Amino acid sequence: MIAFFIKRLAQAIVVMFVISIISFSIQDNLGDPLREMVGQSVSEAERQQLRDELGLNDPFLVQYGRFVKNALQGDLGTSYFFKEPALDVILAKLPATLELVFGASLIIITLSVPLGVYSAINPQSWFSKTVMGFSIVGISIPVFLTAIGLIYFFSIELGWMPSYGRGETVMLPWGWETGLFTADGLAHLVLPSVSLASIMLPLFIRLIRAEMMEVLQSEYVKFAWAKGLHSRRIYFLHALKNTMLPVITVGGVQIGTMVAYTILTETVFQWPGMGFLFLEAINRVDTPLIVAYLIVVGAIFVITNTIVDLIYGLVNPTVNLAGKK
Amino acid sequence: MALLEVRNLEVSFGLRSGAVKALRNINFTLDRGERLGLVGESGAGKSVLGFSILNLIAKPGRITGGEILFEGQNLARMSARELRTIRGNRISMIFQDPMMTLNPVLTIGQQMVECLLAHRKISRENAKTIAIQKLKQVQIPSPETRIDQYPHELSGGMRQRVVIAIGLLMDPDIIIADEPTTALDVTIQAEIMELMVELCERNNVALILITHDLGVVSQVTQKAIVMYAGRVIEQGPTREIINDAQHPYTQGLMNALPQMAIPGQRLNQIRGSMPTLQKIPTGCAFNPRCDYVMDVCKHQLPGYTRSGNCQVACHMVAEMKRDEVSSEEV
Repeated sequence: MIAFFIKRLAQAIVVMFVISIISFSIQDNLGDPLREMVGQSVSEAERQQLRDELGLNDPFLVQYGRFVKNALQGDLGTSYFFKEPALDVILAKLPATLELVFGASLIIITLSVPLGVYSAINPQSWFSKTVMGFSIVGISIPVFLTAIGLIYFFSIELGWMPSYGRGETVMLPWGWETGLFTADGLAHLVLPSVSLASIMLPLFIRLIRAEMMEVLQSEYVKFAWAKGLHSRRIYFLHALKNTMLPVITVGGVQIGTMVAYTILTETVFQWPGMGFLFLEAINRVDTPLIVAYLIVVGAIFVITNTIVDLIYGLVNPTVNLAGKK
Repeated sequence: MALLEVRNLEVSFGLRSGAVKALRNINFTLDRGERLGLVGESGAGKSVLGFSILNLIAKPGRITGGEILFEGQNLARMSARELRTIRGNRISMIFQDPMMTLNPVLTIGQQMVECLLAHRKISRENAKTIAIQKLKQVQIPSPETRIDQYPHELSGGMRQRVVIAIGLLMDPDIIIADEPTTALDVTIQAEIMELMVELCERNNVALILITHDLGVVSQVTQKAIVMYAGRVIEQGPTREIINDAQHPYTQGLMNALPQMAIPGQRLNQIRGSMPTLQKIPTGCAFNPRCDYVMDVCKHQLPGYTRSGNCQVACHMVAEMKRDEVSSEEV
């Protein structure tokens, strides 16, 4: 177990190192931050002086070295726009994004498993065929279109759901701003979660269905039938447990991808999360904020994948987390 | 009454190109404690027959005719609930490849206990005790630790022992073993086969052994059925079939045994290969490969002729028998 963590930690360091190089390199190519920081009236000489003070004229490696040194101390620079530490600005928006991802994941898990399993067991039924048909439609429609469609029907035409923002939120003692404990906050979460789930849900239904159909053909499932077991036990223990192994792996990667997809969803729903903030930061050429976002998202990827590998190890007995033979 | 009686069994597969008959007109009986060999090349329908006895044929296959009478009850017409009380309980199966038969994510114990709990009202602890006992019977060393292990922690031979233990778990009346030693090392094959036969003998369990190894059939079974293209072409006491095969196909199988070849020379083989089910030749299905083919073989399906205690489906054998009878009359 400890060996596993050390190995994962080493991998995580490499990944974060690469992310830091990439995101830092972007800084140089995103236009002149001074244009945003100071007005038109500042003279060229003063601008040069300011550049020297900020270290923008130093060689790339020197700048990168300074960046890494500061980053290791939790300092990812100061947002040009907010005039606050970039990491604090991002982390303040993290709860909103994670709650959105949580809502979407909840929808995906509760729907994809039963639908995928049912359509694998009864591939010929009209219900399975309908599910498969809708899943193709779901995959084909871009998230922003789904989001706009949802707002049009449920907010404008029917007036059932709020169309933007997080609604009423509560501050938890450890500085986590949550919308999960108020009715208004939950109502605001529904449409964005549905639209974020719209791409992944069909993917998971199809993945679970395909895996399950393959598993149902296997010898050990045939043997389970020959043992005279109840169909419920065969489907939901013998077959499902084996089906979920590859699904867990793909799922871990997809959770990370979903964090990235939130940029679109948050923009359409004006959801005050990291993705929305990131787009604003790009418009304002707020480079420290952009870099901080990339690094936080990279860290989320690494963490979720580590957790997923742990879960996989617990479910699959042939994986030995301890690393011993 | 025989323990198991199969009457006119017919199994079809509904394919896109139309229904194809995988088994036609199968008839045989099996008594308590008797051992029966099912022989034939790949594609002859041996495994389909084995699975259809438990009504376990995978879609799109299904039983389209005939009866499978187990103690007088027709398995072909039973509901899923009734079949559950037979499968794994009264009739159990042993599969070919022990690497694939056991579920990789469940422990040996889980896979044994669930079978006991499905058929008997006993506690989990009792079930585990019985499972350990059965593992001991199949000579698995330290079964108390093995029972909590996963299949990947056991060797192929060990896994097949576990599968046999699961097959014996409920003290069934019949075990259907589908090439139980084919996937194992040659050195272990004999060991496993011996163990299985010994356990069947001791518990008076009838065995249906599906194999293409005539050597094993001659050592283990009392009765044999030779299949070709979904049909029984010769059946009777094993000794008679081995010593005096009547059907040219059975003779070909016998000659193909390595023991029958002269050292240093090529092994004898039956020319050609088994037809696919969509393209079964008219008349006798074996006629394109037969050395003694006659005109009648090409357009008329041979009926069964009695020869000693055997039934043979061959025009040539039928003709010889007719000659014998007429010469006796003269």
